[in-house]
Amino acid sequence: MSNMAKTKKFSLRSIMILSVFALALAGCGGGNGNNSGNTSGNSTTTTDNASNTSGSNATEPKPAVELLNVSYDPTRELYEAYNKLFIDYWKTEQNQDVTIKQSHGGSGKQSRAVIDGLKADVVTLALGYDIDAIAEKGLIGTDWQQKFDNNSSPYTSTIVFLVRKGNPKGIKDWNDLIKDDVEVITPNPKTSGGARWNYLAAWGYALKQNNGDEAKAQEFVAELFKHVPVLDSGARGSTTTFVERGLGDVLLAWENEAYLSVNELGKDKFEIVYPSISILAEPPVAVVDKVADDKGTREVAEAYLDFLYTEEAQKIIAENYYRPQLASVAEQFKDRFPTLELLTIDKDFGGWKEAQTKHFADGGIFDKIYVPGS
Amino acid sequence: MAGAVTSHLSHEAAKRPKHITESPIVKWVLISIALLFLALVVLLPLISVFIEAFKQGMSVYWASITDPDAVSALKLTLMTALIAVPLNTIFGIAAAWAITKFSFRGKNLLITLIDLPFSISPVISGLIFVLLFGAQGWFGPWLDDHNIQILFALPGIVLATTFVTFPFVARELIPLMQAQGVHEEEAAASLGAKGWQIFWRVTLPNIKWGLLYGIILCNARAMGEFGAVSVVSGHIRGETNTLPLHVEILYNEYQFSASFAVASLLVFLAVITLIVKSIVEWRTSIVQAGKEGEQADAH
Repeated sequence: MSNMAKTKKFSLRSIMILSVFALALAGCGGGNGNNSGNTSGNSTTTTDNASNTSGSNATEPKPAVELLNVSYDPTRELYEAYNKLFIDYWKTEQNQDVTIKQSHGGSGKQSRAVIDGLKADVVTLALGYDIDAIAEKGLIGTDWQQKFDNNSSPYTSTIVFLVRKGNPKGIKDWNDLIKDDVEVITPNPKTSGGARWNYLAAWGYALKQNNGDEAKAQEFVAELFKHVPVLDSGARGSTTTFVERGLGDVLLAWENEAYLSVNELGKDKFEIVYPSISILAEPPVAVVDKVADDKGTREVAEAYLDFLYTEEAQKIIAENYYRPQLASVAEQFKDRFPTLELLTIDKDFGGWKEAQTKHFADGGIFDKIYVPGS
Repeated sequence: MAGAVTSHLSHEAAKRPKHITESPIVKWVLISIALLFLALVVLLPLISVFIEAFKQGMSVYWASITDPDAVSALKLTLMTALIAVPLNTIFGIAAAWAITKFSFRGKNLLITLIDLPFSISPVISGLIFVLLFGAQGWFGPWLDDHNIQILFALPGIVLATTFVTFPFVARELIPLMQAQGVHEEEAAASLGAKGWQIFWRVTLPNIKWGLLYGIILCNARAMGEFGAVSVVSGHIRGETNTLPLHVEILYNEYQFSASFAVASLLVFLAVITLIVKSIVEWRTSIVQAGKEGEQADAH
């Protein structure tokens, strides 16, 4: 008797287990179906777009469109604000709903993800080399830097020092970083765009100090990296190391990242030091041609990047502590951005390709001078 | 097996005569060391998660877990587990069944392969799929031509999770089924039962608690996986961020309370899993005790 009852119970249970499997499999199929549905939905959007743009501003709403902006670490707050502005602008201008998805990470890592198939409509990275790397694979036209004004860099920035309140170690300039008891926090130049700007700024300073003697510059930078206890993979990771974990005496940071730390975490904890000389960082933007054409989002993608140069957008840029390109906005925010001597990648380092091969490629100078744990 | 710690203190051991048990001092020292260690390593961090989560009040907590990005991360995490866990359950039963009830060439190789995901770093597990399905990978161009997106979308996340969690069910079942042997199945076969009948009526009832235990462990890991998923996710907010990835993003955005609030969601999921696990263990011990009782009666 009891055995019979048991068997019944088990078969009931097995039916339940089976049905869970079936449900899960159906869920799997459903998910895939949704995905393909989305893609085809997007491509219909495109054709509608194309036909509508040639005509006058359509009054009836166009099908919604979605952009993916793959960006580097410190731009989170900037694009959060800018996306809202652009969405409103596009709605009034084109009567089309646009959603903008964001992905953030170390600039080199993000560039790698796009190369590996992350479907970014636009990339807004930390330096030109990372976009060149995508262009090399044929996803972006090689002339991308001429597509938008100012070398396709709607904003610039520079590298500054963030020190603890009162500057207890008395850090004023680059040569203070290699004092005996100073620990420096910077991310890894192999993966982080910001870290490459940091490195080059230090190199440029040493070169000027030693009248262009490269051996001396290499010695200085090697000494500097001996003062680095930990290399994070991205700028935001380094900031967290310095600010949250309390490691190190000075953080080499993007100007905007330094201001953000001071504002978010307390003016009573940190202060910003401007060195005598730094580097003009030009984070560039580009439409990923292959993806935009496949998805049919070229028009809105180009407008998205173009709109960065307008006065309203440049204000948001300045409010987020990036240096605006537009003279009128720069004038308005001039108290926020002190002037200092800035090296440029093209004049002082012969462009990104050369700097990359010489310093950061496998077997380059950075590999020679940086010995982990030393 | 990792994690499969059940207390096996039988009635006889509990009634052990005094002269062969340790002194009370040793017993209490051992217990306090274990408890102290647990409090320091497990309890304290858990409590800190909740303190941080509620630091800025209930409204901030509620806002962060109902934020659309958090909700989408929760959905994605549950969806991933819902697909990966049943797949691994089917695979785990099939593998354990094959390994313990049959003998064939390459059996040891199969056992070794099952252990592989345990022994390699999750980051490598993610990179494997980038090399296979990435635009520059082996199948990338073909997938692209057919407009199939695997990497940086749900299929990639599910694949990576499935890969990382696939040993759990099989590893839980193999020792159990080995111990049980093939006698009952042989008996059923000799009485004329067919393959499926043997499985549903004999094998499954015997392994069901071990199986549930394996599923629970597999589920816990599937929902918490970070490394492998991080490599294949693409980190698109509101789309390919799972809960663990979302926690990291919030933390990096200086939204500490929000980040801990979302982390507490993961803790809740883990606690639910643990409660289910305890119930399973409790049931198992009752069933075992019952069986032992029956056997004792038979003798």
